[in-house]
Amino acid sequence: MTGRIAELLRALGARIVNNWVWRLGFACRFLWFTLKESGASFRRFHLTIREIYFTGVLSLIIILVSGLFVGMVLGLQGYDTLVRYGSSEALGVLVSLSLVRELGPVVAGLLFASRAGSAITAEIGLMKATEQLSAMEMMAVDPIARVVAPRFWAGVISMPLLAALFSAMGVFGGYLVGVRLIGVDEGSFWSQMQAAVDFREDVLNGVIKSLVFGVAVTWIAVYEGYDAPPTAEGVSGATTRTVVTSSLAILALDFVLTALMFRGR
Amino acid sequence: MRDAVATSNLVEVENVTFGYDERQILKNINLVVPRGRVVAIMGLSGCGKTTLLRLIGGALRPDQGEIRVAGRTVNRLSHDELFALRRKMGMLFQFGALFTDLSSFDNVAFQMREHTNLPEPLIRDLALMKLQAVGLRGAAGLMPSELSGGMARRVALARSIALDPMLMMYDEPFTGLDPISLGVIGQLIRRLNDSLGATSIVVTHDVAEALDLVDYVYYMSAGKVEFHGTPDEVRRARLASLRQFVYGEPDGPVPFHYPAPEYRQDLLAQ
Amino acid sequence: MMTRKELDLWVGIFAVIGIGAMLFLSLKVANLASFSAADSYQISAKFDNIGGLKVRAPVKSAGVVVGRVGEIRFDNESFEAVVALNIDGRYKFPKDSSAKILTSGLLGEQYIGLTAGGDSANLKGGDTLKLTQSAVVLENLIGQFLYNKAAEGEGKK
Repeated sequence: MTGRIAELLRALGARIVNNWVWRLGFACRFLWFTLKESGASFRRFHLTIREIYFTGVLSLIIILVSGLFVGMVLGLQGYDTLVRYGSSEALGVLVSLSLVRELGPVVAGLLFASRAGSAITAEIGLMKATEQLSAMEMMAVDPIARVVAPRFWAGVISMPLLAALFSAMGVFGGYLVGVRLIGVDEGSFWSQMQAAVDFREDVLNGVIKSLVFGVAVTWIAVYEGYDAPPTAEGVSGATTRTVVTSSLAILALDFVLTALMFRGR
Repeated sequence: MRDAVATSNLVEVENVTFGYDERQILKNINLVVPRGRVVAIMGLSGCGKTTLLRLIGGALRPDQGEIRVAGRTVNRLSHDELFALRRKMGMLFQFGALFTDLSSFDNVAFQMREHTNLPEPLIRDLALMKLQAVGLRGAAGLMPSELSGGMARRVALARSIALDPMLMMYDEPFTGLDPISLGVIGQLIRRLNDSLGATSIVVTHDVAEALDLVDYVYYMSAGKVEFHGTPDEVRRARLASLRQFVYGEPDGPVPFHYPAPEYRQDLLAQ
Repeated sequence: MMTRKELDLWVGIFAVIGIGAMLFLSLKVANLASFSAADSYQISAKFDNIGGLKVRAPVKSAGVVVGRVGEIRFDNESFEAVVALNIDGRYKFPKDSSAKILTSGLLGEQYIGLTAGGDSANLKGGDTLKLTQSAVVLENLIGQFLYNKAAEGEGKK
């Protein structure tokens, strides 16, 4: 009986070490290599620009539309609750703070992970499976410098911009619903918002969050792509893992950052 | 000791053993490739020939033994030295491995743009010359997804000779090609080798093409070199496993039947 | 396959609208432009009880934000709260101005209300306000009310 339990524990321990600890260690070394080889990403900035197009620009539609809808829903739900306490003029405050502090970075991060993150993983994984990375190595070009690093920096640069766009569209959506549709006073909507939202505490913290999320998501995406088994199932598994792991990482980091930034205010 | 020694062999593989934890892939391999020659490494799938190519190219390190290219011991080179050596090697991968996000022209020009400071008009001319050598100058603007298998492989060939390498390695260049493309690739391998003054290693299990094309053959089986000689010697060989391989006999040292229990017993068993 | 010029164009557009969104958030949504700490002067005020006053709370005069609360300390000698006020350099107040801790709305956040006095000399950086009124503490108010009610009842008898 105890033999079985011991066996189970051993298997569990082996799984944890092999899957998590070992992979985490390799992922950290991989990040280090990526950062070390980043010189080319900036000296030949057109490489990074190309990747910014594929990760950032092509994510614009989903970010802008989602931001708009989230803002509009916030406007509706927020009004519904606030009007019960006679505070419907605080709608601007509710919409803007929710977006700038939390929803902007987090939801934009989740959307970015599923759209751009999975695309990066699939692309790198496919290049590995079709031996393009090996070919590059045989031509004495380091694939980490040429393929991985530009994508990494493109993700880190795009993420804060996308989060800001999401929040801005959200505020606009809340304005459309609150002021235009429902009839909350336009003046108090903006003035109360301006009084309540602080640049350093709210906007800047939101930007820091989106930067941290950008690093996390892109790191996971390039790592999973580079590490994927060079088969069809391997690549598809890696893509799924990117989305799942990135999403969990965003939510966990969000908790940590929120606790650090907004505690005791 | 680090300088390139002018031996008559470009590549020397000496007592090389290589394997992963689960199994041994190469056991004590010895092999030489003389300068200017086209050498075939043949054998069944899984005999270790592609692994041998990877070892020569420095992508893998042997557990034991040494590999020397142009006198330099590949498995002892530093990262930068290895990359410097690789610029003089060209490798054609099994399905071409063209960069799918670049056009054929950009693929061929890739190494020139990465490793040289040549002006763009010169690079353009050189790339077009390489494409002309493989007969695909007209396809320069096509993307890899628009090329047929044979054409993709030819563009990949043009890409790998971009910097006029001294050693060309071909990993299964004939696999999956139609008869015309087969003939084209075979001819190109020989022509390019001679006109570049290079040395070529062809890994394949396409016996007919290889024997017509190469100067020397190494036959590998289960991680060992079982036979080596000129194509004529190979055709006349008495070694049973080699005869089975060369003449495509269905049964011989490599059995037709996968190991199974006794036939009668298997049928009658409930 | 896009040419390099097309890529640059789109990425440029992306960067511009992204930065535009950030500016929008900073200026229209938050209050970046309205108060800069560059040309402000600091004065201090002592209170018996600051209630729920927090750092960076607004300092208002006649309802207009003229500054922000800087630092809040406890003076161990006089056992009072010492609040540092950063006042916008554009506004000058007489030396005998008074500071009160007020609440915005009924249950809102607390801020400092500055009422100008009549002195001809103005406050400079480092000065201390002489007249202050502490925050209203609800428990004391209720206690006072009950006490008054009880005293009234006594008087009637």
